[in-house]
This record gives sequence, structure tokens and C-alpha cells, in this order.
Amino acid sequence: MIVAVASGKGGTGKTLIATNLFALLSKASYNVNLADCDAEEPNSLIFFKSTKESASEVRQMLPLFEPEACTYCGKCEEYCNYNAIFLLPEKRIFRLIEDLCHGCGACTYACKFDALKETEISLGEVGMYRVNSKSKLVEGRLRVGALTPVPVIKETIKASLDSEIVILDAPPGTSCPFIHTISKADYVLLVTEPTPFGLNDLKLSIQIVRQMEKPFSVIINRAGLGSDDVYKYLKKEKIKISMELQFDKEIAMIYSSGKLVIESRADIYQKFVKLSESIIHN
Amino acid sequence: MEIAIISGKGGTGKSSITAAFASIANNVVLADCDVDAANMHIIMNPTVEEQSVYIAGEKAVIDYSKCNSCRICTEYCRFEAMTISENKVSIDSVNCDGCRLCERVCPVSAISMEKRDKSRMYSGSFRFGKMVFGILYPGEENSGKLVAIVRRKAKEIATLHKIDHILIDSPPGIGCSLISSITGVDKVVIVTEPSMSAFSDLIRTVELVSKFNTELSIVINKSDLCQQITDEIITYCYQNKFKLAGTIKFDPEIVYAMVNCMTINEWKPDSETSNTLKQIYNSIIN
Ligand code: SF4
Ligand code: SF4
Repeated sequence: MIVAVASGKGGTGKTLIATNLFALLSKASYNVNLADCDAEEPNSLIFFKSTKESASEVRQMLPLFEPEACTYCGKCEEYCNYNAIFLLPEKRIFRLIEDLCHGCGACTYACKFDALKETEISLGEVGMYRVNSKSKLVEGRLRVGALTPVPVIKETIKASLDSEIVILDAPPGTSCPFIHTISKADYVLLVTEPTPFGLNDLKLSIQIVRQMEKPFSVIINRAGLGSDDVYKYLKKEKIKISMELQFDKEIAMIYSSGKLVIESRADIYQKFVKLSESIIHN
Repeated sequence: MEIAIISGKGGTGKSSITAAFASIANNVVLADCDVDAANMHIIMNPTVEEQSVYIAGEKAVIDYSKCNSCRICTEYCRFEAMTISENKVSIDSVNCDGCRLCERVCPVSAISMEKRDKSRMYSGSFRFGKMVFGILYPGEENSGKLVAIVRRKAKEIATLHKIDHILIDSPPGIGCSLISSITGVDKVVIVTEPSMSAFSDLIRTVELVSKFNTELSIVINKSDLCQQITDEIITYCYQNKFKLAGTIKFDPEIVYAMVNCMTINEWKPDSETSNTLKQIYNSIIN
């Protein structure tokens, strides 16, 4: 089963939930993997003692221009749907704007003069970290300066699927990186906080999760710090709250120092036990 | 002058701080470039004066009355968007990147492109000046381009109304939308918080920002939640000669201000937090 832990708004405590849930299940001897899909800012590793087993690079294709063969016919520029090719035939100028290129290969296909070959650039890497004999953490890490995390996320998820239970720590937002992660999940836990920003972003994420017809429930983090609008909304929409964590400076501090909350707080441990039971028996 | 407020990690309080800066500066153009999760309009409640459609790319669709299942398209797609089941080719719109290659290779012209046209850009007035915000329809991509368009509009408005300062509320992360929100700005402010995760994000964010040659300031929010890491971040700033514009203690009133659709400087103008924010803003712009 694949469970995505997601939130429209960043910083609601998604990683806190994903890492503690993973730790709990892995201690209970489940076959479980955690995939850190927040490839722009991966953080899950901080919370575990692990050994790196392997890493693989994620690459994207990029056209390689061969000026001798080019007739400046303009076909490649016409075929590029991302405006990544800039051509001035009169001046015999060909420019590839790498930041706009998605590596789709349309230009190479278009060129009838063999003036466009292809090379690869690195977008980042997928690292495999062993946590114990039955569980591992798979981390997607975007190279600083690379533009799109989506291919890295896709590979991260693929590399994490060899387990009974897979927890996906999803990237924030509601655009393509988020959708790609959610699309692979059997169940979605949406983490929010009871603030107007939290509620606004929660509504957007719910809209998507519903469109994608994924079963889901909501976790309210930092309860007590904000208003009760989110509760009213969830009640009206008949959405299940699967866990509530009170705002608590101690929890914030434990998390800040890179430690697992379930290890030092028995009350929180119990909450995660209940949460895991409700998901696994869903 | 364009000032981008960024955070790397989400949830550090970047938007609340940006909102506070807007109320301190007064008469600004506020550009909400966190188009994935645009929130600033909730606190600022602007009167929208202009609205435009943003085309967030295209997606391919198949006309099954023409498709003869030759599967040529499936060999070309690089985004894993083409799937075949029971001899029927289908396009997964989540994976489709909109490159048009399938449309071009299809021998019977069974594929055409549909525009993703549900995203919007709005601009108007609010109590501290002018505001521009983009709202990316959930699931649509290309947020980098929308960010660029929001910034362009903000600049136009600033010139037209002779407003000096543009404040940009940037998206989280370090990918294309963040890059698009800081390219060419005059100042970048990173809002961080004292946690190991935020600190590691800060280092990645700084690595990215330093490629841009703009003036950088760092603000540590909720600094008392873990004094030890706050001290480490301060040392890090000092060693690398980054400007530390200030530290803000954890203050639940920031949340209550938001619940009441106000900035902290409107809600508790004489509080320690509001005064600290004023000092920080002045230190950033000078
Ligand atoms: S399609 Fe080939 S020959 Fe024509 S302009 Fe492009 S690179 Fe040159
Ligand atoms: S690979 Fe695709 S996106 Fe890149 S330049 Fe060629 S046509 Fe454009």
C-alpha cells in the first residue's frame, strides 16, 4: 500500500508526520519504505541513522547542436513547443536556451539534416539509505540550479516501491510535483494547520485529491493555534480527521533538533499507533 | 527596487513577514509569486481591477474515431504519458508535458492539443498600495512562467503609479518557480527558522541565491524555539559574511493577526514583534 503524506502549504508538519509514521512502522517490523519526494528540499534523512547503499543519477536529455550540418531551415524552432530554440537564419545563429528545454526530443526528430544530436544533463540523484533490515529511506535530491524536480520525483517513487508499505513525503504546493506524487498513492493524508492560509491551501489540495478519486483524510497539526474554521469546513464536507496534534513548544523543539517525537513522547506515540492502525486497516 | 522574500522550507512564516513588511513600507506593489498556494490576498483582501487568463501549457488528447492503434506515438513520448492497454493507446494527462511530439508523429492526425487555461492573474488595489497575484489552477504546471508574468505586471504597475518598492512573496523550494521569482531582483531576504531541516534548506537556498549576485539578508523567525540552532545559524551567517537582518521570537499573535485578516503590525502595532519587524525591514532596505 502506498500512502502519500501531503499538504498544499509548506511547513504544516508533513515531514514530521511522514518520518514518525515511518519510524513507528519500521520498529513494528513492517516491510516499509519512506520516499522523500520533496526533492527541492529533502529533509527526512536528518531523522534517521542510516547507511547509504547506493545512488543513481537522474538525467534529462538536451539537444546538442552540430553547426557544420545545419542548413538553418528552422524546422527545430518550429517544433519546439517551449520556445527553447532561438534561430536567426540570416546571421546563421542557433541558440539553445537550456533553462527552457524540457528534453522532449522534438527538435532532434524535426531536424532532417542530422544537425541535432543529444546529450544528457544531471537533474539530481536518488539515494537509497538502509534504516534496518526491513526498511529503507529513498531520497530524491534535485541538483541546485536544476529547474524541474518532476523526473527526480518519478524515479524516487519507482525506487521505493519494493515494499509492502510505502510512505511518500510529498512536495508542497498543488502543481505538477504534488500531482505526480499523489497519482501514485492508494491513500492520502493531508496535513494542515488551523490558520486561514492552512485552510485555503487545504481546500486546493482536497479539490485535486477528489478529482483524482483518491481516498483521503486530514491531519490537523498545531491545533489550538488559530481558529476553528477548518473544523467547520471539514464537518460540512464530511471529511474525516485522522489525527490531531496540539500545538506544543516541546514537539516543535524535538522536531527542530532532528529527533523523532514518538521516541520521547508516549502520548504522541499512542496517537501514531492509532493513526497507523486506521490507515493499514482502511 | 524589487525585494524577494523567500524561505526554502515552507512554513517559516515568510508570507506573514512579507505581509508585515507591506504594512510597514506602505505604498508598495505586493507581488504574490507563490502561485501554487497564493495566500496573500486572504489577509490583504484586494479590490481586483484587472484579470487575465494564463495558459499553463498544453496537453495532448486522442480522437479515437481516427486512432488506429499503430502505437508510433508511444515510442516517442519521453514523459511516460502514453499507456497501452488492450490495444488501446491512452494519454495520462498527469504525465503529459505538452511537447506536441506525439501530435507531430501521428500518421493519421488523431492527436490534438488542448490548452490548460484555468489559471489566472489578478491585479488591483489594497490598503497598502497595489497588488498582483497569480493563481495557478491545481495541477497545472509552468509556474515559473506565471511567476515571471506576475513580476512583469508588478513592475508595470510600479512604473505607472511611481511606486518605489516591489515586495515579492516567493514560492518555496529551489526549482524553476523560485528561480523565476529571484532572477534580476535587487534584494533577496531568506526567512528561516531554527530547525535542522530549515538549516539544511537554508544552505541549499543560499547556494542557489549566490549564483545570482544580488544582495542577501537572512531573517531567523521563531528564534527562541531552539536557541542552539539559532546560534548555529548566526555563526554560519557570520562566518560566510551574510547579512543577518534580525531574529524574531516565536509569537502566537502572528497567527491571531492572520486569523483576523491583519498583519501583525496592524494587529499589535506596539508589540515587541512589530517593532522588531520594523527594524528588520529598515535594515534590509538600507
Ligand atoms: S532543423 Fe536542423 S538544419 Fe534546420 S535549423 Fe534546426 S538544426 Fe538546423
Ligand atoms: S528537446 Fe524539446 S524542449 Fe528541448 S529544445 Fe528540443 S524541442 Fe525544445
